[in-house]
Amino acid sequence: MAVKVIIPTPLRPYAGKQESVEMEAGNVREALAGLTTRFGELKKHLYSDDGRLRSFVNVYVNDEDMRYLEKEETQLRDGDIVSIVPSIAGGARK
Amino acid sequence: MSVSPLRISDALLRRIQAHGVETFPHECCGAMLGRDSETSREVIELLPLANRRDDSPRNRFEVTPSDVQMAEKKAREMRVDVIGWYHSHPNAPARPSEFDREHAWPWYSYVIVSVEASGPRDTKSWRLRDDRSAYDPEVIESVAQSASI
Repeated sequence: MAVKVIIPTPLRPYAGKQESVEMEAGNVREALAGLTTRFGELKKHLYSDDGRLRSFVNVYVNDEDMRYLEKEETQLRDGDIVSIVPSIAGGARK
Repeated sequence: MSVSPLRISDALLRRIQAHGVETFPHECCGAMLGRDSETSREVIELLPLANRRDDSPRNRFEVTPSDVQMAEKKAREMRVDVIGWYHSHPNAPARPSEFDREHAWPWYSYVIVSVEASGPRDTKSWRLRDDRSAYDPEVIESVAQSASI
């Protein structure tokens, strides 16, 4: 399926300064894998060392949070837009 | 990646500190809207946000993705970008914690204001390194007035 992945502003320096990337992907997992294969520097900012998507990284398919769909197995259709949106979190002490 | 000083007006800097005082002893948070280029980065406007971490607001803050999208929409309307985020450290130094580092991206400016019962203390800005290993301090350049939009 031909989909568009929107790159958030802070990660554009690691994705050839592009605002979006078009690619073929059958589900969210494949879209993110395609993205990090093409732009290797993105991987550490999206995934933790154990290979899981970082807890503050949220992925939307069109306007729907993938956590309320089939998570990374969410199927994609032609023309779908995949957006990466951070939660901003932190705090004073561990 | 080049790192320019973070230019911010005295008035906006005071608003960040006042927000930290207002929510003390809980952490405050908000978005910083502004312009970034190869040679300069300037905060034009602030968007104070609710701390969504109801379970531990004294030492944690969270801005939900829907609030992030709202801040980005506001920035687009103003033809600027969300260039960073601010939060307070009640009774703690204005230094990023390990928890901060685990939940950050490079490029953003992260402003932290240390707040005590007597009022605001230090205000510092930080940028996460490309390799995520640590933060580097970002110079805050205080200007008399913000650039016009």
